[in-house]
Amino acid sequence: MDLDLMINSLPKLLSATLTTLKLLSLSLVFGLIIGLIFAIMRLNKNKFISNFSYTFSYIFRGTPLLVQIFIIYFGLGQIEYLRSTILWSVLKEPYWCAIIAFSLNTGAYTSEILRSAFQTIKPGLIEAGKSLGISSKIIFYKIQIPIAIKQSLAAYGNEIILMLKGTSLASTVTLMDLTGVAKYIISTTFKPIEVFIVAGSIYLFLTFLVHNFIKFTEKKMGTN
Amino acid sequence: MELLYFGSKGWGDELFAAFLMTIAVSITAMLIGILFSIIFTPLKLSNKKIFNFIANCYTTVIRGVPELLVIYLFFFGGTGAVMFVASIFGYNDYIEINAFITGSFAIGIISGAYSTEVFRGAIQSIDRGQFEACKALGFKKYVYFFKVIIPQMLRLAIPNLSNVWQITLKDTSLISVTGLVEIMRQSYIAAGSTRDPLFFYSFAALLYLILTFLSMKILNKLEKNYNRGF
Repeated sequence: MDLDLMINSLPKLLSATLTTLKLLSLSLVFGLIIGLIFAIMRLNKNKFISNFSYTFSYIFRGTPLLVQIFIIYFGLGQIEYLRSTILWSVLKEPYWCAIIAFSLNTGAYTSEILRSAFQTIKPGLIEAGKSLGISSKIIFYKIQIPIAIKQSLAAYGNEIILMLKGTSLASTVTLMDLTGVAKYIISTTFKPIEVFIVAGSIYLFLTFLVHNFIKFTEKKMGTN
Repeated sequence: MELLYFGSKGWGDELFAAFLMTIAVSITAMLIGILFSIIFTPLKLSNKKIFNFIANCYTTVIRGVPELLVIYLFFFGGTGAVMFVASIFGYNDYIEINAFITGSFAIGIISGAYSTEVFRGAIQSIDRGQFEACKALGFKKYVYFFKVIIPQMLRLAIPNLSNVWQITLKDTSLISVTGLVEIMRQSYIAAGSTRDPLFFYSFAALLYLILTFLSMKILNKLEKNYNRGF
């Protein structure tokens, strides 16, 4: 055990944790929006729209995240037309490519979580709202959404943890996140176990925080 | 399409071999995972606190740390660990471990943590009365375990195990960082030498979709088979 290396690598790994957290929070925000849109599309009565949403989530859940990042980072740059548009200023940055891939991936999973939450809402609640003469817009925002959020909290907490682990793939497209820096230190010092212990503890601590945050929110909303 | 020709002109045969390699790694990893869960599930359910602690450490750490980090640990640390063990037995030459073994071991340990949780949940949801009924009927311990507990547990575990299989299958793409030529690595090589990454990575995505789709169909059949009578 090389304790000096563990102590010396800690500041570097901690500053890389910031990158990981930035990637995580941005992709979660975008992913939630994407997920909500696709969940609503999935519940649409129009077969075409709901099938489109199903195909989207099926493709993103059925392929590894690594493939998705590589397609967006290496693949999209190949299209000449894209290079001339304003989109290119976003797509040439590995940082934004990673965020796009993560957002789409977590969006696909989130849409499934939200869809099942919407579907388990008792129809009686919506009928009660209708019989009171509440407009369907307000029923959606004030009845359906709050109940769906409550019911999907636990599953969404798991998704946050999965995404936290997923951000480690950003290191494959040259980003120096926690795993990227850990790999760099390992390959320069050849001390994999020490670095793994430090980086792993940081990840475990973050997982622990997310887990407790979700538990706390669940308690506050009174789901259990 | 020319890029997919078999033979020296295209990448068809290479990609097909890589496709088979992904299947081989996934199956090996899944089996290693089940082996690990056979060891750790009894520890999780044991009455001894120390055994519980060991098993909980394993599942919590592995499920809380990114897969890529675990793979790096094995990739960079595996050779050292094996050489250390070998040196105890007096063998001091350099040992190179096969990328297939390192990779499937790393993924196997990850999938083992998930299947341990699945088996634990399945055994715990078997009715307590069953244990007591077996005791009351005077069954021998192994009869009651293999004839009563295991069949019921499998029925409950198979839907979740198929989720673990899907996760394992997708995790094998991460082994490409260690240089094992599976779908992802082969696409990387092909994309590099033809300068056509969009096509090859999309094709890789298609191959993974085929794999997940087929395994879902097969596992659903298995699930139905185990569910008859319910």
